Amino acid sequence: MTNALVLPVLIPLLTAIVLTFFRNSFVLQRILSFLATASSAGVGVYLLLRIQSEGILRLDFGGWQPPYGILFVGDSFALLLVTAAATVTSIILLYAFSTIGESFEKMYVYPFMLFLLAGVNGSFLTGDVFNLFVCFEVMLLASYALLILGGRKVQLVEAFTYITINVLASWFFLLAIAYLYGATGTLNMAQLAVRVTENGQGPVLTIISLIFLLVFSLKAGLLLYFWLPGSYSAPPAAIAALFGALLTKVGIYALIRMFTLVFHHSPEITQSIIGIMAALTLIGGSIGALSSRDIRQIISYNVVIAVGFILVGFAAGNEVALQGSIYYVLHDMVVKAMLFLAGGLMISLTGKAKIGEISGLLRNYPTLGWLFFIAMLSLTGIPPFSGFIGKVLLGEGLIEAETYVLLTLAFVSSLFVLYSLLRIFLNCFMGEAIISSEEQVVLKKRTLLPIVLLGVLTLAIGIGADVLAPFVNDAASTLIDPQTYIEAVLDKEALLKR
Amino acid sequence: MKINDVILRTVTKIIVFIILTFGVELFISGHNDPGGGFSGGLVLASALLLLYMTYDIETVHKGIPFDFKKIAGLGVFLAVASSAVPMLFSNQFLTQEKGDFALPVFGLTELSMVLVFEAGVALTVVGVVVTILLTISEDVS
Repeated sequence: MTNALVLPVLIPLLTAIVLTFFRNSFVLQRILSFLATASSAGVGVYLLLRIQSEGILRLDFGGWQPPYGILFVGDSFALLLVTAAATVTSIILLYAFSTIGESFEKMYVYPFMLFLLAGVNGSFLTGDVFNLFVCFEVMLLASYALLILGGRKVQLVEAFTYITINVLASWFFLLAIAYLYGATGTLNMAQLAVRVTENGQGPVLTIISLIFLLVFSLKAGLLLYFWLPGSYSAPPAAIAALFGALLTKVGIYALIRMFTLVFHHSPEITQSIIGIMAALTLIGGSIGALSSRDIRQIISYNVVIAVGFILVGFAAGNEVALQGSIYYVLHDMVVKAMLFLAGGLMISLTGKAKIGEISGLLRNYPTLGWLFFIAMLSLTGIPPFSGFIGKVLLGEGLIEAETYVLLTLAFVSSLFVLYSLLRIFLNCFMGEAIISSEEQVVLKKRTLLPIVLLGVLTLAIGIGADVLAPFVNDAASTLIDPQTYIEAVLDKEALLKR
Repeated sequence: MKINDVILRTVTKIIVFIILTFGVELFISGHNDPGGGFSGGLVLASALLLLYMTYDIETVHKGIPFDFKKIAGLGVFLAVASSAVPMLFSNQFLTQEKGDFALPVFGLTELSMVLVFEAGVALTVVGVVVTILLTISEDVS
């Protein structure tokens, strides 16, 4: 019993509710929302350390023993993501404080961001499929609201696609849950794993697993990413960064969790389909990133490429590749937030979004330029930044699994990432300055600080990969061998009685 | 031309109280019987809706001067905070306690912590339903 496990959800949730009563005291809203996200990250670190000494933690809500009650399960994978999500959110909040503007602050933007974080953390921590659905909905409802805040025409257009797609996906999710409950009689993830192993993953269960795959790939942007570039480039930079850093990761997490814990018995079907989808995502994302001329679109397509990259590692299915994927998820959260913030800042400073219209920004804003350059290097996987270790491990895992096509695609896509971002850098930062020094808008230090912090973070993950290694290794070994997860949730007697 | 709504107004005056009573009854019986915060809250909200339809928004607001967004917020706060209270006594999150109390009029009554949670749910439902209805009935200001 560890009540601390619910805190990463409870703290943002309660703070968000309290903040709705203080609609007009912006300073209080800022302080409280930052404290909430930062303390969630602190709790994440604390739990992560406890897991290393005590094993997987669980919290049965209301004292109802699993499999009867709903519970939160904290293993290293979940807590790593919780910590990263809360940290990135608090840095994005810092950026929002100085850029988002009063009209957004009055419309509850901070409570919505906290609700989003609560939903995201809940999805990471839950040990029950229906609760996963609920947490997804909390997250999605907050994201709907964040997407339309401001009410510009393009936002409403994109929100329409986004909401339609997600309502449809949620409906499929519910359908899959109903099928799964009908087929197995339980929704507790650990008990599902036991029952699916016992009865064998027959054709019915495999088809149910494919419906789950459809749902999660819609949310993660795996192959079904057509809605993503549009809706991620519509809202203001801080909100887009939050979306790019967190939302697809939840889909990826759910996909990896369900397909390593429950549906891992017919890898020849599920793993290969995921592999093919990931490969197509890499190709499609690269084409999109190269063909767009809008900074936000290019960055959004980079989100798509990353999704493909992470799931290529999952498709390889061995421990090394999974370690690579986990490193890469963490790295991607930080760097995507950094890219979105830097890109958003470029757009707000110049008032233009097309790469052909901006040039010579390096003369006006050298720090911003070099921060963008760092983000680019990190995404491409140049040491000592955080992308390197993930890419190396993923490559090793892919070689071990002898999936050379995926290996080639994954690493060629890195070149496209580099090229697409280099295009932004060369076009917008190099060349003749279009803004003369007199009419240059002053870039405040506190606007730049969050991007610097994210840059420091990507460097720290890269250099401190050794510090992270035990956590990542533990996370990957739990994913490869779900028995530890099952035993942590279902006690011995429960396993025997069943 | 003014529509003659004398019957509607007269009936509403009586029926609103019946609906409100039924809503409270549903809410209280919820612990062990069908009912509870959600359905009770919906019924309570329907009484308010009837008032809004019969009289205009301003008149009702004079009688019930609450911001329903705040009520929804208060409801969610009650529900979440009451779930968190057991943590202070080192019980699991969401643990519910109950006990029997000898109350003056009702006699021996079973009271449960879950009542606070359900009250939160009811307030949330009332607040959200009324806010939605008022928002879609208003123009952009």
